[in-house]
Amino acid sequence: MSLSVHIYKELDDFTLNVRFDTDGDMMALLGASGCGKSMTLKCIAGLEEPDRGKIVLNGRVLFDSEQRINKSPQVRRVGYLFQNYALFPNMTVRQNLYAAVRRLPKERRTAAVDEKLRAFRLEGLDGLYPRQLSGGQQQRVALARVLLNEPECLLLDEPFSALDSYLKWQTELELGELLRPYEGDVVLVSHDRDEAYRLCDTVCVLSDGKSEDKATVRDLMAAPGTVSAALISGCKNFSRVRRVDATHVKCLNWGVTLETSQEVSSVCTYAGVRAHSFHIAKSGEPNRFDARVVRVIDDTFSTILMLAPEGGDSLLRVELSKEEWAALREPELVLLGVAPENVMTLSGEL
Amino acid sequence: MDWFPLLNSLRIAAISSVIVFFLGIFAAYYIAKLPRAVKGALDIVLTLPLVLPPTVVGYLLLLVLGPRRVIGAWALEALGTKLVMQWWSAVFAVAVVTFPLMYRTARGAFESFDATLSDAGRTLGLSNVWIFWHIRMPVCRQGILAGAVLSFARALGEYGATSMIAGYTPGKTATISTEVYQLWRTGEDALALRWVLVNIAISAAVLLAVNLLEKKEGRGKK
Repeated sequence: MSLSVHIYKELDDFTLNVRFDTDGDMMALLGASGCGKSMTLKCIAGLEEPDRGKIVLNGRVLFDSEQRINKSPQVRRVGYLFQNYALFPNMTVRQNLYAAVRRLPKERRTAAVDEKLRAFRLEGLDGLYPRQLSGGQQQRVALARVLLNEPECLLLDEPFSALDSYLKWQTELELGELLRPYEGDVVLVSHDRDEAYRLCDTVCVLSDGKSEDKATVRDLMAAPGTVSAALISGCKNFSRVRRVDATHVKCLNWGVTLETSQEVSSVCTYAGVRAHSFHIAKSGEPNRFDARVVRVIDDTFSTILMLAPEGGDSLLRVELSKEEWAALREPELVLLGVAPENVMTLSGEL
Repeated sequence: MDWFPLLNSLRIAAISSVIVFFLGIFAAYYIAKLPRAVKGALDIVLTLPLVLPPTVVGYLLLLVLGPRRVIGAWALEALGTKLVMQWWSAVFAVAVVTFPLMYRTARGAFESFDATLSDAGRTLGLSNVWIFWHIRMPVCRQGILAGAVLSFARALGEYGATSMIAGYTPGKTATISTEVYQLWRTGEDALALRWVLVNIAISAAVLLAVNLLEKKEGRGKK
C-alpha cells in the first residue's frame, strides 16, 4: 500500500507545495489552520486540480500534469471523511450507507450495509436522519459510509474538530479501534500534535503551504529539525543561535551558551527548548543559568513561570510541577538547567 | 357561465410552469458555476422580464414571433401555423414573464447548498447526475418548490404580454385576466365580478398551498 503525493498549486495567499510518500502507514498532515491541509486532501481526492505535480496511489496514476492525467473523483477510490461529516441530510442512516454501495450488485448491497451497521454499532439507528444523531454517531456513520465504498486510501480531515473535548477523547479511541482492520494508507489532517502523536505512525509538517520531510512522530517530538516543525510540535521557547562547535551553541536571545547532544550543523539558526524540559538546576551541572522571575501563572496541574534570563532579551516559558514550585518559596531568581539532549537545534526561520 | 377562460388559464399556466421549472433549474445550476463577470451579465438579462412592463415583453416577443418576423415567418413557412393569436401563444408570454421567479429562487437555493455534500458524493463514486437528482434537488426542495408555486401563481394572473401575443378571442384565446378586462369594457359588471371572485379563490388556494408546504417543511426540519 502506498500513496505518493507531489503537488504544486498557486493559491490566493500562498503557494501549495506538498511532497510526501506513505508506505502502509498512518500519517498525520500537521499544520496550523489555513496552511493548505484541506486543499492538499482535496487535490488527492480529485476535488481540486493542482497546477503541477503527480499523485500515485498503489501504482495507479491519479494525477500527472506532464501526461495530462486527471482522474475524476468518482474513479479514484480515495475515501474522504469530511470535517462536518457531509452526511446527506435528506436520507436516513441506511440510505446514506446505501449510496456508497451502488456499484455492488443489488443482492449484495443489503448484506454489506447490515454488516457495517453491526460493526459500527449503528443498529437501531438506521431509520434516523443525520440531524437526529449525536456528533459521535454522525462520525461513525460517515466513516462506515466511506469504508463501504472500499477506498484504497483514507483521508481524514480534522475528524474531531466538530466535537467537544469530552466526546473528542471517546471518539478518538473509537476511531482508532474502527480503523484497525483497515489496510489502506491513512492521511489524518490535524492541527493538534497530541492527536497526531496518539493516532499516527508518521507525520508531515505543513507550514504556509510547504511540506517538510516526513518523520516518525517520535522523531518529530525529539528532534523536529526545523523551527516550523518545532512550533507545531508544541515547543514554546526559541532563541537565535551562533554555532560555537559541534556540541555547543551560543543562544543570543538568552545570553547563554548551551551544550547539545545532537551535533550542531552549519545550517542551525535556532535552538528550541520545551517548557517542561527546563528544571531547577543544582550547582555543578551543565547548561545552568540564572533567570529572574517575571510572572507566575497557576495552571490546572502545573505552575507556569515567565522568566527573564540574565543577559538575555526574551522571556522563557517554563513549566514546573506545583510541588516543585512551592518548595522554592517564591524566589526572585532561579537557577535553571536543561539537559543537553533536550536542546533542540533547528534550521529555518521563526 | 362559460368556463373556457378558466380551463385555458389553467392549461397555459401548467404548461409554462413545467417548462419554466426545468429551464429555471438548469439555468440556475449552470450559471452558478460561471465566472463572476459572465454570471453578473447573464443575471441581468435573465431577470429583466421580472421588472419590465409585461407589455414591453409582449412587444419584444412580437418582434421575433410575429408572422412577418424571423421566427414567426419561418414557422408559417415550415409548420404552416402562425405562432401568435393561438391559445398556446400565451405560453411564450407567460414563460418569459415567470422565468425569473423560478430562476432566482432556484439559484438562491443552490447557492446555500453545502458543496461538501456533492464532494462527498463524488468521492463515493456517485455520478454527477445522481447527485443532482438525489441530493442537491431534495436538499434544496423548499426553495425550488416555492419558486415553482410562485411562478405558477404569476402565470395564472399574467395579462399584459398575453393580451398582446394571444389577443382575446372568446372560446379560443380568452383567459381569466383577459376575460375580466373584456367584460368590464363591455359593461357586463356582474359577470366580471364572478370571474374576479374565481380568480381570488384560485390565488388564495395557491397561497394556502405555499403556507402548508412551509409548515410541513418546518416540522420536518425539527
